[in-house]
Order: sequence, then structure tokens, then C-alpha cells
Amino acid sequence: MMLKIKNLHASVDGNEILRGIDLEIGAGEVHAIMGPNGSGKSTLARVLAGHEAYEVTAGEVLFEGQDLLEMDPEVRAREGVFMAFQYPVEIPGVSNTYFLKAALNAVRKHRGLPEMDAMDFLTLVRQKMKLVKMDESLLTRPVNEGFSGGEKKRNEIFHMAVLEPRLAVLDETDSGLDIDALRVVADGVNTLRQADRSFLLITHYQRLLDYIVPDFVHVLVDGRIVRSGGKELALELEAQGYASFEQEVVTA
Amino acid sequence: MATTAETTESIGLPATSEATAPWAAAFERFQQELPASEPEAVRTLRLRGLERFISLGFPTQHQEAWRLTNVSPIARGTFVRPSATTAPKPEDIAPWTFDAAARLVFVDGRFVPGLSHRDGLPAEVFAGSLAEALDRTPGEVEPFLGKLGTLAKVADTNPFVALNTAFLRDGAFLKVPRGVVIREPIHLLFLSSGEEGRTTVSFPRNLIVAGEASQVTVVETYTGTGAYFTCPVTELVSGPGAVVDHYKVQRESREAFHVAAFQVLAERNSAPSSHSISIGGGLVRNDVNAVLAGEGIDCILNGLYLAEGKQHVDNHMRVEHAAAHCSSHELYKGVLDGKARAVFDGLIFVHKGAQKTDAKQSNRNLLLSADAIANSNPRLEIFADDVKCTHGSTVGQLDDDAVFYLRSRGIGMEAARSLLTYAFASDVVGRIKVDAVRHDLEELLFARLPQGEVVRQAV
Repeated sequence: MMLKIKNLHASVDGNEILRGIDLEIGAGEVHAIMGPNGSGKSTLARVLAGHEAYEVTAGEVLFEGQDLLEMDPEVRAREGVFMAFQYPVEIPGVSNTYFLKAALNAVRKHRGLPEMDAMDFLTLVRQKMKLVKMDESLLTRPVNEGFSGGEKKRNEIFHMAVLEPRLAVLDETDSGLDIDALRVVADGVNTLRQADRSFLLITHYQRLLDYIVPDFVHVLVDGRIVRSGGKELALELEAQGYASFEQEVVTA
Repeated sequence: MATTAETTESIGLPATSEATAPWAAAFERFQQELPASEPEAVRTLRLRGLERFISLGFPTQHQEAWRLTNVSPIARGTFVRPSATTAPKPEDIAPWTFDAAARLVFVDGRFVPGLSHRDGLPAEVFAGSLAEALDRTPGEVEPFLGKLGTLAKVADTNPFVALNTAFLRDGAFLKVPRGVVIREPIHLLFLSSGEEGRTTVSFPRNLIVAGEASQVTVVETYTGTGAYFTCPVTELVSGPGAVVDHYKVQRESREAFHVAAFQVLAERNSAPSSHSISIGGGLVRNDVNAVLAGEGIDCILNGLYLAEGKQHVDNHMRVEHAAAHCSSHELYKGVLDGKARAVFDGLIFVHKGAQKTDAKQSNRNLLLSADAIANSNPRLEIFADDVKCTHGSTVGQLDDDAVFYLRSRGIGMEAARSLLTYAFASDVVGRIKVDAVRHDLEELLFARLPQGEVVRQAV
């Protein structure tokens, strides 16, 4: 089991957002979590990545058998958890390439691998850039500074491709993307799908799942998973909207 | 003190206070050392400086311009003018030097020819000691010294400018004739040394005259060891169409007082820039006063201040738009740690008739600790009706989401904070065009920031 979430409760500023999440993700699986605004989707992503603003009040999360919640965010990243941000942060003065090299070397060091030299790194970077059809000029620019919305999202997938995580959490990577950019991002993710890498896609819309076909779909409402199913569940949602699922919560 | 009061009275000065009397006495002794050959106008200028200083006294926090900066450690202090010290060896100054068209070295305010050179300058450029110029070619100096634009007015209100004027003697005098372009920077290096048990004081006075359509870059570096007080004034005339880049790197010792003023008079179509890097010193005050006196001036005023421990750094800016079609862009950034305190006060003053003024001012402060304090006071006074003036100031901490973003990529907490701190400072650093100055500042940041090696790799 890649990821095992048991009865996870989390709050921010004293408000409980996650109210008992149970979820298991096997190696190589792609899971999608869908839900209306305010259902706790992004909170789940941030709790998994270790954002300190969120307090876990109950439950546990095991990543490859280890207690994920005990780890600092950077340790989670080095262990192989990656989160693609809904709103990637601009960092002026820090070059996208050099930053990524520092990140990759931190990951490699943690795994007992030698630092990658400049030439090998450049070869790797060129190869991964093609995955997301990223313009080479974005390499030398400061991290996300002045990037368009689509470029920022592509850059997230590019970072993911370079860091080669075991578990990738994509927090609304599809939001705000036009159909061409969405295809590019989806192609990048699909290329990275493999037997020992799992994905958790967090999205509001079914559209992304036309391009990245999930193994499982979960519906998150009011901090709980109210339905789980196969990819057809996404179509049901698309047809009926979230209202009927919100009903389920009320009656539950 | 009785004799002092008597002497000062005899030259028609106002009555001294407890704080100003020692300075009046020191002035008496100072005057006797001066060569008789000095022009009368310079003597008058000094005397006027002393008179103003005594009238004004040391500023108190009741005065608006000094409200947040307490100079009583200076007012109460006892200072001596440095005795003739042995000049440092070339290897002692090596850490502070770089390839320059000329280097003028001053030790405790006095020019040291043996450590100086002007190898890369065309013959028609004057670059040397002000004292020497006053003795040999006073006519070159007199028209400018202490007469720049509102300088007279500033000297009338700033006691430290008045004090510097009273004690002016040496410093750098640079004169670049019309049309001369100097590509390599001219470096002015000021070294101070506190003497055992005696706090020394020096009053460097620099005058830079850039002729019409000339181009010059000047770097002033202030550094030293021990406890001392540096009170420099630099006057710059940027002639019509001149391009003048001025850098000031303040790396004084932590026990030092540094109270400085930079006066800029810009003439039509000129492009003066000022880059103020303030890192050292215990109590630091920098006044920058720029007067844009002709049309078509493009003026840039950038600054970066780093303070930690109990350092206090105050930047007071005043930009006067006195003519139409000028732009002034100010960007001052501060990084404060420990119990450091920063003050920024920036005034953009647009005179009546200075239409189409384009003035921007931005002051941003990053607080790295809970005890650091920054005060920012941007001000606009506009008497023209067709202008574009903006100002903004922020005081804040590192963005938690940005720290989290970096950590989520595997960068450790300390390194993430350092990277973001570097990123914050980077736009001011990036605007430094003198490679050696920029490089030294980058190295200083890498050395000072925790996990600086990760930062070095990542930028």
C-alpha cells in the first residue's frame, strides 16, 4: 500500500475541515478526489504535504508504512511525496533551474545518492522539459515569476518530472487551464504513470479525467468521502452535480 | 570650558551648550592647524557651518526628522580627532579593493597617496584629495562646495551636515570634464580606526562634479575597526546630460556611528543614480537629498539595508522635482533580524510647474525576528497638477506559503527561509552594475544567511 489514510481529522484556525477521511491508494494507482468548493479537497492535499497551518486532530496517515504526519514537509518531499500547488509561488531572484537542482540534490542526498553534476542535470532537465512542452526560457527565469497561469501549472508538472516522486498530489492543477494546456499537463502526467508511482488528483471538474483516466474516483463533501467508485462516478457527478451528494451527507 | 566660551564669543558665535561646547573648542584647535593659503571663502563656509551647528545643537527626538532616531549617544559622547596614524599596508586594504580606474584611500578622513592610484583615468580628469585641491586650485572647488541646490537649506537644518561643514578639510574631489566617459569605477575607500579608549571622529567631505555629457561611476566604501564616528557629506553635481552612477557601501564596525548625507544636484537631461548599501555600523543615518533642477532628468535611488543585533539604521530621502518631465524611481529594501530597528522616511516634493513628473517610491521591509522593528513613512507633497506619483511601503515577514512551497520540494526549513530572504533582496542586488560591488554583496549574503551554501547553489 502506497498511502493509507485512516479517520483523518484536520482543522485550521479551530475550524474542522476534514472530518474523518479514510482512503487507501495502492502502488501505481491513480485516484481522483472530486468535490464542491469548500469540501476540504485542498486541505487534504496540504495536510498530506505538511502545511503547518493545518492541525491534524485525529487519525493517521501511513506512506509506505511510515507515519507521514510525523515528518517535516521537506522530509516528506525527500521520501517521495510531491504536491503540485494550486497556486504556485513566485520567487524572484531564484532561478528555476538552479532551484530545482538544489531540490533534486536534497532529495538525492536523503536517498544516499551522490549529487548530480551540472552536465547530467542539464541533460535530465532538457529531457523532462519536453514532457510538458515547456519553453526553454522558463528555465533561466526566476521560479514562476511572470509566468502565465498555464506556465505555472506546467512548471509544477516539470518539477514533478524532475523530482520523480512515489506519490504525486495534484491540487486543482487543471483549474484555469485552457484545453490545450490541459492536454499538455495530462500528457505529462500520463507519461509519468508507472507501476511504482501513484497519483492523487484533486479537482472540481470532471474534464481533467477525460485526459487522465483514474482508477478510482472519490466524492468529498463537507470533509468526508461520501461515495467512492470507478471512473464512471465522475460522469455521474458531471450529469447530476454535487447537490445530490450533499443530500447524502444530510441524510447520512 | 570658560576659555572656550570666551573664545567662541569673540568670533561672534551663538552661546554653546554642554553638548556643543567641546565641538567649538575642537574647532578652535582645528583652525590653527589649517594652512594660511586656504581661500577666505572656505574659512567662511566652515565658520558658518559651526555657527549653524551651535544654533541647531544635536537633534532631539522632539524634532520630526529625528523622531525615531536617538543620537544622544553621539551628543553625549566624547570624541577625539584621530592622531596621525600609521597608514595600513596594501594587504590590509586588499579585502576592500577591486579593479578601478582610480582608487583614493582615506584613513581617518585623511588622504593616503601611497595606497591610492589613478592609473585608469584620462589626464584631464581630476581625482584626488579635496585638501590638496583647496590648497592648489581653490578656484576649481569653490563654485561647488557647499552650494548645491537646496544644500544650503539642508545645511541650515541638518546639524550633522553643519558639523561636517565646520570641520571640512579632506575627502575626495572628482572632476570629470565635459564629454569624458570613464567606464571603470572610481573607488573611494574610507577606513576608520577607533583608538584605544578614545573614540575618534572624521568628517570626510566629497565633491563630485560630472561635466556636461560625461559619464562616471563612483563607489564609496566606509569601513573600520573599533569605536568611532564617521560623519561624511558627499556632494554631487550631475551636469547636463551626464550619466553618474553612485554607490555607497557602508560596512562600518558594529561599534561605529555613521551619520551621512548625500546631496545631488541634477541638471537637465542627466541620469544620476544612487545605490546605498548599508550593512555595518551600530547607529546609522543616511540622508539622501536629490534636486532635479532641469527638464528630462532620470533619477534612480536604490537602497538595501541589512541590520541585526541592536543595529539602528535610518534612511531619510528627499527628492525634489523642481522642473518638468523628470522621473525619479526609488526602491529601498531592508532585511531586519534580532532587535534591529530601521527607519525609512521618503519625501517626494513636486514643485509648482514640475508637470509630467513621474515619481515612484517603494520601501519594503522584511522582518526575520519578532523583535525587529521597521518604520516606514512615505510622503508626497505635490504642487503641480499633471503628475504621476506613486508610493508604497510594506513591513512584513516571510510568506508562510512560500516557505511551504520550497519545503514541499525538499528544501530544508532554514534554507527555504534563506532563499526567500535572498530573493527579497535580489532585485536591489541585481540592479548593482559594478560587478565587484554586486559580487561582494552576494558573497556577504551567502555567508550571513543560514544554509547559505544551498542559497548559492540555487540562485
